[in-house]
Amino acid sequence: MILSQLPALQVTLPLIAAPLCLLVRSGRAAWGIALFASAASFAVAVLLLSRVLDQGTLSYEFGGWAAPWGIEYRVDIVNVFVLFVVTAITTVVLFFANDSVRKEVDASRQSLFYTVWLLCLTGLVGLVMTGDAFNLFVFLEISSLSSYVLIAFGKDRRALTASYQYLVMGTIGATFVLIGVGLLYMMTGTLNMADLADRLPAVMATRTVRAALAFLVVGISLKLALFPLHLWLPNAYAFAPSAVTAFLAATATKVAFYVLLRFLFTVFGVTFAFEAMPLGIILAVLGAAAILSTSAVAIFQDDIKRMLAYSSVAQIGYMVLGLSMASVAGLTASILHLFNHALMKGGLFLALGCMAYRLGSVRLGALAGAGYRMPWTMGAFLVGGLSLIGIPLTAGFLSKWYLVQAALGQGWWPVLVVVIVGSLLAVVYVWRVVEMAYLRRPNDSDASAVREAPLSLLLPTWFLIGANLYFGIHTRLSVGIAGKAAAVLMGQSQ
Amino acid sequence: MTPLVLVILVPLVAALLVSRTGAWPNLREAISLVAGGILFFLVLSLLPSVLSGERPSVWIAEPIPGLPIALRAEPLGTLFGLTASFLWVVTTVYSIGYLRGHGTSHQSRFYAFFAIAIASTMGVAFAQNLFTLFLFYELLTISTYPLVTHAGTTEARQGGRTYLGILLGTSMGFLLVAVVWTWQLAGTGEFRAGGILAGTASPLVIGVLYALFVFGIGKAALMPFHRWLPAAMVAPTPVSALLHAVAVVKAGVFAILKVTIYVFGLDLVRENGASNWLLWIAAGTILIASLVALQQDNLKRRLAYSTISHLSYVVLGALIANAAGIIGGTMHIVTHAFGKITLFFCAGAILVATHKTRISEMGGLGRRMPLTMGAFLIASISIAGLPPMGGVWGKWYLALGSLDAGYSILVGVLMVSTVLNIAYLFPISVRAFFYKETSTSATGVMEAPTPCLVAIGVTTAMCLVLFFFPDPLYRLAVMLVD
Repeated sequence: MILSQLPALQVTLPLIAAPLCLLVRSGRAAWGIALFASAASFAVAVLLLSRVLDQGTLSYEFGGWAAPWGIEYRVDIVNVFVLFVVTAITTVVLFFANDSVRKEVDASRQSLFYTVWLLCLTGLVGLVMTGDAFNLFVFLEISSLSSYVLIAFGKDRRALTASYQYLVMGTIGATFVLIGVGLLYMMTGTLNMADLADRLPAVMATRTVRAALAFLVVGISLKLALFPLHLWLPNAYAFAPSAVTAFLAATATKVAFYVLLRFLFTVFGVTFAFEAMPLGIILAVLGAAAILSTSAVAIFQDDIKRMLAYSSVAQIGYMVLGLSMASVAGLTASILHLFNHALMKGGLFLALGCMAYRLGSVRLGALAGAGYRMPWTMGAFLVGGLSLIGIPLTAGFLSKWYLVQAALGQGWWPVLVVVIVGSLLAVVYVWRVVEMAYLRRPNDSDASAVREAPLSLLLPTWFLIGANLYFGIHTRLSVGIAGKAAAVLMGQSQ
Repeated sequence: MTPLVLVILVPLVAALLVSRTGAWPNLREAISLVAGGILFFLVLSLLPSVLSGERPSVWIAEPIPGLPIALRAEPLGTLFGLTASFLWVVTTVYSIGYLRGHGTSHQSRFYAFFAIAIASTMGVAFAQNLFTLFLFYELLTISTYPLVTHAGTTEARQGGRTYLGILLGTSMGFLLVAVVWTWQLAGTGEFRAGGILAGTASPLVIGVLYALFVFGIGKAALMPFHRWLPAAMVAPTPVSALLHAVAVVKAGVFAILKVTIYVFGLDLVRENGASNWLLWIAAGTILIASLVALQQDNLKRRLAYSTISHLSYVVLGALIANAAGIIGGTMHIVTHAFGKITLFFCAGAILVATHKTRISEMGGLGRRMPLTMGAFLIASISIAGLPPMGGVWGKWYLALGSLDAGYSILVGVLMVSTVLNIAYLFPISVRAFFYKETSTSATGVMEAPTPCLVAIGVTTAMCLVLFFFPDPLYRLAVMLVD
């Protein structure tokens, strides 16, 4: 029965396809394989989503070994939604990658590029699927190591430094996660998450478990780029190849956020994490600080990719803020924003990729007059930017609406102020680009040489941007699933 | 499909067609005109059913459960929609003369965004709930931004920044908060006769909420959030005329009236003392803006400050919140629209014909442009609120409302404002007709292009017509307070 093997397929498909890419050695063929593998895992994710919606949580035992001893894959509405987002984004971005990567990566290294890409996808998908805490660490390392390599593919030599910086920070984070998992294993003798959740309450009051929580939260926050642990992110995003930035921005931090959700709500439980420990207020303050400080920093960036990278840190702040409320409404807002932010940042970074393709640079000055020379690209950026600001009828508005409603529902008035100030700061940094593109004359003389980006880049970009508009109006899928996932995390039946 | 969906769709389709037909200017402008005509008749076709007490409505989508995007025609919105759509046709005629005469670039973009702005205005006019209102309100801001910065100069960019900064800042900082808060308190955002907020919160909360609405609707240009309007004067004149004398600014005061009537309910606003201080802000805006207008030498800026002052008339009417106040505010929306658009048309005509923007340079202009300056004088009378022009009615009912509410000092404010109106508008006509010409390079009559004159003629005539036949207006306004 192939359908019962779906959870295994989800991870093994990209894992098997990765070495194939390396074997073919031709960039074009490797791209074909990567695209096929991504599309196939997207199809698997859709099937899984429909099965989970139908039948509830699925459990899969790897190699037939029963749960606490063997590795269990556990697919519920929370992670299947993240899977759906991750595999959808990678498929769309790979469509884009073909032309973009050919321009930004040496021909001889393209097959290697797609190999690493698929490994990264394997790691991300595995992280989401697994129900085993140690297995989670393994996938975390797979995805991290491959993303360091992906970033180092950037043309600019500073990509190497950025990648190295990320490597150091990421390794610290992964080590912290490992220490946390180790401490939990010490106390409970199990690594299976469901099992951990059963056994932890008995030993809750020990310092070891508290230390485990601290190590895990800090370790994951490093991967998540939660303020003030975000310093690796702007450089990494700014110097990576365009397609990689779009891919990582829309998936990697989302997966890290999911891992945080999983540990806090499933493994430790709300009572321990938010009542026995003061995690709620810590995360709320850090989230708010992330929104305000990095949005403000984004205004002063000259490199647009960097600017959007800072904005990403701010958006992570919104998600963490929703999480910190530890309520169904707050989690709904967080998970909804996870989805919406993947759409908007994915679309925006792809639009930047189009600009880089034609203009050779994404510095603010290079965009002068781009609105007339590349109308569709700039149009996409504009719509994506409006969604980032949170203008009604875009997906971004819904995220903010739900977040504000959740905050007001429990009387957290300051959140309202933070969201509004954050949105206004977003207006400023988005508008700098819009003004430059539409209200300045091009400063170079060979302006006529610059044309609209090719269709192969524009279509994926507009697909994601269009999704921003679609999910701004039709919310049954996004809000519906986010709400269910939040209920599951909070331990309420569906 | 009901006309209500079409009032949004027609201008949007027009925008699309206009942006595709840039190569054929005549066709492009014909499309704009035809769309304007269709739109006006669509809104007009709603009038009989609204007058007979029906409230045709249509539901478009529901992005968030309980927050539908829906439209409904009620008297206030219909009146605003009628005014805006009628003036769109007139302004299009005017624009043809102005843009061609002035040699403006990117005309297709101009007409396209203009049409989108009108679609947003219609959305504001017919919004059935707060969410829909907020949605189209924001769309209106964004769609008019390219029009404000149309010239693309440094000055235009600066003006655009102020424009966007204040309008988005107030709407997201205050209005959105107010909308969310209302939704939280009342559990709905629907506009209902009698209001939805009565008995849901303490007087203090209601007062704060009301202030959030009044300041959050930055398009009403209540001080201290008025700076965007003079900044928007860098736009081409047809934009200043239709958008910044009618559609955008009136969308602001209209929204305040609508919120007052249908969200708070007149009784709640009147009985809740916590918002009385706003009356003095509005009164202060009326006087201060007039005084500032006195000192402006740039004609469009002077008119902009005059608009700020007159917007606060309507706000005042809403704040007084009795029958006469609401009727006065509603009528003032319409009569001021016709008067002020005429003045802007004249300012544009002067610019096209003589390239003059400063009042100090306009000596003797009455002999060169007798029709334009004649119309300017007539419209000035209407703005000042003197008979025999339409502008008198709004002021009349506002004064009555002030007396009813026991604020005789507000009557004084209105009268002082009339004097100030005369002081900053009439000298322009006096200068034009009685002063000597400052430059003697050319002689003889040199009027603006014919389409401009036609448009000026229509709006000037309407100022006069509204004095003698204010009845349809009054009938709609009275339905609001019954």
